[in-house]
Amino acid sequence: MTTTIANGRIEAAFGRLKAEGRKALITFITAGDPDLPSTKDIILALEEAGADIIELGVPFSDPMADGPTIQASSERAVKKGTHLKDVLRLVRDVRKETEIPIVLFGYYNPVFNYGLEKFARDAKAAGADGALIVDLPPEEAGELKDRLDEKSLDMVFLLTPTSNAGRMSIVASKASGFIYFVSVTGVTGARSTVAGDAKSFVAKIRKTTDLPVGVGFGISTPAQAKEVSRYADAVIVGSAIVNVIAKNQANGKKLVGEVRRFVSSLRSAMDS
Amino acid sequence: MKRTPDRLGHYGIYGGRYISETLMPAVQELEEAYDKWRTNPDFKAEFAYYLKEYVGRPTPLYFAERLTRKTGGADIYLKREDLCHTGAHKINNTIGQILLAKRMGKKRVIAETGAGQHGVATATVAAMFGNECEIYMGEDDIKRQSPNVFRMKLLGAKVTPVTSGSKTLKDAMNEALRDWVTNVNNTFYIIGTVAGPHPYPMLVRDFQSVIGTEARRQIKETAGRLPDELIACVGGGSNAMGLFHPFLEDAGVKMTGVEAGGHGLSTGRHAASINGGRVGVLHGNKTYLLQDRFGQIIDTHSISAGLDYPGVGPEHAYLHDAGRVNYVTIKDSEALDGFKALTLSEGIIPALESSHAVAHAIKAAKELGKGKVIIVNLSGRGDKDLNTVSKAFNFEL
Repeated sequence: MTTTIANGRIEAAFGRLKAEGRKALITFITAGDPDLPSTKDIILALEEAGADIIELGVPFSDPMADGPTIQASSERAVKKGTHLKDVLRLVRDVRKETEIPIVLFGYYNPVFNYGLEKFARDAKAAGADGALIVDLPPEEAGELKDRLDEKSLDMVFLLTPTSNAGRMSIVASKASGFIYFVSVTGVTGARSTVAGDAKSFVAKIRKTTDLPVGVGFGISTPAQAKEVSRYADAVIVGSAIVNVIAKNQANGKKLVGEVRRFVSSLRSAMDS
Repeated sequence: MKRTPDRLGHYGIYGGRYISETLMPAVQELEEAYDKWRTNPDFKAEFAYYLKEYVGRPTPLYFAERLTRKTGGADIYLKREDLCHTGAHKINNTIGQILLAKRMGKKRVIAETGAGQHGVATATVAAMFGNECEIYMGEDDIKRQSPNVFRMKLLGAKVTPVTSGSKTLKDAMNEALRDWVTNVNNTFYIIGTVAGPHPYPMLVRDFQSVIGTEARRQIKETAGRLPDELIACVGGGSNAMGLFHPFLEDAGVKMTGVEAGGHGLSTGRHAASINGGRVGVLHGNKTYLLQDRFGQIIDTHSISAGLDYPGVGPEHAYLHDAGRVNYVTIKDSEALDGFKALTLSEGIIPALESSHAVAHAIKAAKELGKGKVIIVNLSGRGDKDLNTVSKAFNFEL
């Protein structure tokens, strides 16, 4: 199957940003951490603060690719009883108030368990724009990709510092929406520096695809966001935001404010 | 029925490679290395040498005469994997994998462990070949298998307690995968069972198949015929796969995998993935999993740490669906009865994992009746379980 462009909100967002000469800020949060009503407030605050795309984490009991921050966040959300069906309901609810693109981000078992066709149908109906399944490489993704294609939903894939030219072309041939370049060999988590060779990897990836390339894993400060925005189409921030949420869990009002403040600081650095 | 997986490691609908992109080149590199070395005469000779001179193979196929007489049914033979160096079959596989690691130039090895048998077997080969070694073990398992923890440390391994999730084998595997994803350039992940992303289920099976290959030859020599039934316990399923695989084409040989029934299937407190689970994806492969209706993996229970895992090797899932192997359950209390029966009748103290197989063999021997032949895989010895068993029998150590 050839590259499918879903012509949806994600493509439109990148098109608009390109016209404005700006880079995308993609923010990750776990749905249901600390609870679903807060997640809705946080999504709206992220948009106000300048996020362009939301990666919404679907909680899973065994988040093998995640570091301690997102593991703990996923565990809190699972304990609250947040599952895929609840995340889809949240998207439907949020979609009444915003057009910001939403990518569902998670592991395969909850999706497989939900049913691939049902997942694609319900995700579309709820107003989601795509999915990124961490433990579903292109070789195993065919069935889900077909279902998502039928509904014009994007399927985002990862590339990493271990990816050789062969992997890059396999991933590029299946991906839509954007390519997510994982800037470090490792699990998710805030780090003090971004891998120095990320820039040259992004250049290599651009040779295999016309899709926008986002860079994530380890970006936690405005300075890092600015640095990455110089060469990537999108800056992806997850653990650093989840940390802010974890620290302010007890105080709902403060929580949303703190998230807004942090994400605004990333946005201003990228736009400056 | 196929005997090998397809190019991407699928056994029917099971198996495959469900891992993050970072690890894809690593498993491809391993697959290429294994393809290259599996048929290489030097590799095969070195593997055979260590199995014979270091592990102590071939292990005996022992006729358990007194257990047979007490049971009053089929002849029960024990494949004595408990006599392997380090006390369990796990070393067959770690020897094979460390020889691959050596050829691939990987200086550091990591492993997950439940009962500690695979951890000890990994630490042992790492000590032999001078590899840096880190073992991930659930905090709860560290408590119930403390002798093995000390053994690993003596062997120079770093034992890292895993405190996330249920603090048992599945969480140890999550943490080992996180380590691998971080240190993939210099690290070889020695998976201990016939699970994980392709090619692990196949290569672990191949390294463990020495069990069945020997047993097949030995029973023909001793009993002059093939057995009527093979019985082995199944957690991830490496000892069972090792025994079963060389017999798969012997249509007259019935095979039974024994899952951990814990407190009983109806209580939900068990670790019987095939008997009590549904198809899903975890730790790199599609297989039967213990999960809730939302696809979250649930806490398992078994008195035996080595069976306390919510999944099972994908080839077992395939053999179950194909009807070639029958999977049953044995409860904690029955396993303890099996443990006692073998200890008292034969003077052999079995691991609690293997006690599940023994317990089922006693049932099966009665059903099959006299004149029939059963081989039980006695996958490990019970020294490591004395703490657990003493508690179960209210005996002060």
